[in-house]
Amino acid sequence: MSDTHRPTPVGSLALIAVIIGGGAAAFAYTAGWFSPQRLTPMKMVAAFAPPGGPALGHRRNHAKGICFTGTFEANGAGTEISKAVVFEKGEYPVVGRFNLGTQDPNVDDATVRVRGIGVQITTPDGQVWRSAMIDPPFFPVSTPQAFYDLLKASKDKAADAMKNFIAANPEFSHFASWAGSAPWTASYAEEPYNSLNSFVMTNKAGEPKTVRWGIVPEAQVIPVSQDDLKKLGPNFLEADIAKRVAAAPQRWKLVVIVANPGDPTADPSKEWPADRRKIDVGTLTVTKIEPEADGPCREINFDPTVLPAGITTSDDPFPAARSAAYMKSYDLRTAESKYYPRTPTGEKQ
Amino acid sequence: MTGEMQRFHPLQRLLHWVMAVCVLAMFFIGVGMVSTVMPKFLPLMATHKSLGIAILVLVIVRIAVRLRYGAPALPADLPPVIRLGAELSHYALYALLIAMPLLGWAMQSAADYPVVIFDGFRLPPIVPQSDTLHTLFWDAHYYLAFCFFALVLLHIAAALFHGLVRHDGVFEAMAPVPTHPRTAPAE
Repeated sequence: MSDTHRPTPVGSLALIAVIIGGGAAAFAYTAGWFSPQRLTPMKMVAAFAPPGGPALGHRRNHAKGICFTGTFEANGAGTEISKAVVFEKGEYPVVGRFNLGTQDPNVDDATVRVRGIGVQITTPDGQVWRSAMIDPPFFPVSTPQAFYDLLKASKDKAADAMKNFIAANPEFSHFASWAGSAPWTASYAEEPYNSLNSFVMTNKAGEPKTVRWGIVPEAQVIPVSQDDLKKLGPNFLEADIAKRVAAAPQRWKLVVIVANPGDPTADPSKEWPADRRKIDVGTLTVTKIEPEADGPCREINFDPTVLPAGITTSDDPFPAARSAAYMKSYDLRTAESKYYPRTPTGEKQ
Repeated sequence: MTGEMQRFHPLQRLLHWVMAVCVLAMFFIGVGMVSTVMPKFLPLMATHKSLGIAILVLVIVRIAVRLRYGAPALPADLPPVIRLGAELSHYALYALLIAMPLLGWAMQSAADYPVVIFDGFRLPPIVPQSDTLHTLFWDAHYYLAFCFFALVLLHIAAALFHGLVRHDGVFEAMAPVPTHPRTAPAE
């Protein structure tokens, strides 16, 4: 190096250190390492865990479930609001899962208030639509942060934890009154299941419409008291659905509900008025039930943001939060699959 | 390698700086998206997938261009240890540029997630659904990302060291625009 008019190496080295240190710090900041308050997918998923820890190898929520296969028969009416191939008249294969809103895969069925269904519909072009719906008509809280706060408060031993939570999130009392008064049934087949979250459907003309959807059972709904359900045994829901489907396919209507301008599309805790336009787009038929351990639904993450072209997310913040949390749950449970044997003896894998 | 070559071919420099921007963006998008449940999670995830596949395509082009045009020789006075480090770190950078997108694609495939890039272009799965493969590829993608970022920081530090301390023309060889003319070899 013959050049004598250079900055001193010390100054240059310091500049390099600042640039590299700054890059590393920016990375750490982006990763949230300086932001302990940030609601991460890991925190959300961990908040579900019961005091004894999560059930390894199982979904972190809606942990108890049973697989089904069947079809979705589109009647063509959905093409008016969405260009998704799944709404074109025809029959498409379905893989799904009936489940309970619990973290315990061995829970007594009669003790779980929220029942759900995961559905995956595949069209011949390879596009996939996944939806995870539950039977309440609205969600307990307005935001993912409030849901996290609910999980924390419900496990908090402090006497006023829930009281404080409800004071901060008054919408929860609406859900609590539903949970306390809505009739119970003795069958997954008698439940309606609702997307609760809103999505945007776009038709071939490019017109966007904000929608929610739900499936309405064809089976007759017979209210049963929770006390009577407790007499049916811990797994009566799985036994019932297996028996019903073996006897005859079970059906639901898939209904798309279209928002009016001004409806609360970003808040799943708020129902839309009952007079909103409803489009019956087809029939979900369940033809076969299989245990989850080695069933076709086990490997599926029913991430509600897996959508075909023609359906996208809306201003509802939940689908993104659910996608992030479901993915973390999937990463964890697949890494633990040895704890959830595929066969009763655990021989395979 | 052409002994006469003082700077990389303009196409090589263009590819280097376009990829530099993409790769740096990938680190921040990646580490940001896995630490949030906010609505931005979805566009970050979608961008991460699209950009990852774009980088995979670009690195293939880049290797072809490199094989065609070669690279300027390192300074003759570079200590052998530094020279070895330079060569090994560049092999590692190329290996990671290829491996990271493939691991990401494979881990998504192994989880049976549809891999949709650029808002509607669907890629086929490259491995079947498998809990074991998903965990393997997920771990590799995750831990290698941190190694990759550390290596990029080292690469930047080395480039700046060449440019600001050694003044040996190595930085100028890849600089996006000509800086000051390369000083004649001193000895």
